[in-house]
Amino acid sequence: MRHDHLITSKQLSRADIESVLDYASEIAADPSAVADKHAGQLLGLLFFEPSTRTKMSFETAMKRLGGDVVDMGSVESSSVKKGETLADTVRVIEGYADAIVLRHPKQGSATMASEFVDVPLLNAGDGAGHHPTQTLLDLYTIRENAGLDDLTIGIMGDLKYGRTVHSLAYALTNFDTRQHFISPESLRLPREVVYDLHQQQDGTGIREHESLEEILPSLDVLYVTRIQRERFPDENEYQAVAGEYQIDVETLEDAREDLTVMHPLPRVDEIAPEIDRTDHAAYFEQAHNAVPVRMALLDLLLSDHEADEDGETGDGGHDE
Amino acid sequence: MSNDHDPHGNDDHELRVSKIRDGTVIDHVRGGQALNVLAILGIDGTRGEELSIGMNVPSDRLARKDIVKVEGRELSQDEVDVLSLIAPDATINIVRDYDVVEKHRVERPDVVEGVLSCPNASCITTGNEPVTSRFSVLEDGVRCSYCETIVREDIASLIDT
Repeated sequence: MRHDHLITSKQLSRADIESVLDYASEIAADPSAVADKHAGQLLGLLFFEPSTRTKMSFETAMKRLGGDVVDMGSVESSSVKKGETLADTVRVIEGYADAIVLRHPKQGSATMASEFVDVPLLNAGDGAGHHPTQTLLDLYTIRENAGLDDLTIGIMGDLKYGRTVHSLAYALTNFDTRQHFISPESLRLPREVVYDLHQQQDGTGIREHESLEEILPSLDVLYVTRIQRERFPDENEYQAVAGEYQIDVETLEDAREDLTVMHPLPRVDEIAPEIDRTDHAAYFEQAHNAVPVRMALLDLLLSDHEADEDGETGDGGHDE
Repeated sequence: MSNDHDPHGNDDHELRVSKIRDGTVIDHVRGGQALNVLAILGIDGTRGEELSIGMNVPSDRLARKDIVKVEGRELSQDEVDVLSLIAPDATINIVRDYDVVEKHRVERPDVVEGVLSCPNASCITTGNEPVTSRFSVLEDGVRCSYCETIVREDIASLIDT
């Protein structure tokens, strides 16, 4: 992989994805091999929205590579509160850190921020837009459980505002997949995303549904996201659809025995706790996979950047 | 010289607006879009430009069309291309000493910058960031290069004025 920044999963080829996932597997098998690789380097964490898993896994990943993090802290305690623009904030932090991880509520924020900095910038969620590093750990988990080719995946929940869904859908078009999107009418995939998916895959592998029932038996993977109550203008509208998109052991009676159930977390009530004890549940494994995947990604981007700084050419990247 | 800057001699009723000596005639603009053409070109008359505008005049090609004549100013190719977003059928006549010396059809550019505002309130370009709007031009609309919102209808309403 050779990119200056990671803004969207659309910029990742199949080869890019496989190189990150393969390297993440190596790291998961022997983390000590990279334990000091980025000693002395700093990762800047700019989170303008709340985050637990993404922020802490990036922090863990950088520290496991021997580096450290500098953290903007909460928006309330930062200069953002004084009216500083994002463009200024990233230009300041560029002087402190060797790479920047950005989460921001505005769509397109990571694209814009990347135009102002030379250090690698990783998009950790830009509003309802993209979340490409989540996608890489999702793909890692899918590959471990079901493989990435000849795959039938159902993606269910809030598809309109779900940035993890958008990024995952784009990335899956690199593989031999059939994607089924299940949501209430009001939370269907944005037309922009459908447009892109049709451009990338001729639309042949894309289907939209309002009910899980009809396609559940064919699924290798069911990727569930939270129906976000706060997105509905009317509580009754939410109540009318929310129950339809919750799964429990009974819901999965018609599923294949080897169905993998995933969720980017946090969940509220869309996956019953009883599923945690079944072989279907992969969402905690998915969350844990964030560390080796983000270690691999950080190492690749930082090594590429160092090679560029040193005037080297070629692939850069990690030692094979 | 042909009928009021029309090298083909077609009479599309251009004489409803006066001839210009030097400048640009933007012809075959879809009826009702003339003011948007001026907006997209950033022409509002405050700099003393001499303008003649014909709106909803009969046309053989478009049934009803608008015509904009700008005295003393020759449009650049970039400006002409941006016009394609709202006036895809337009023809551009460059006039010198009452003669049409160049005639162009507009061509759709790949990208337009600083011309349109993104309609998505959640787009980073709608805040106070030091960023110029940028849209890629699709076959049937435009797309914000930042938030990726696609706009297919009423593009004229996005013109940054």
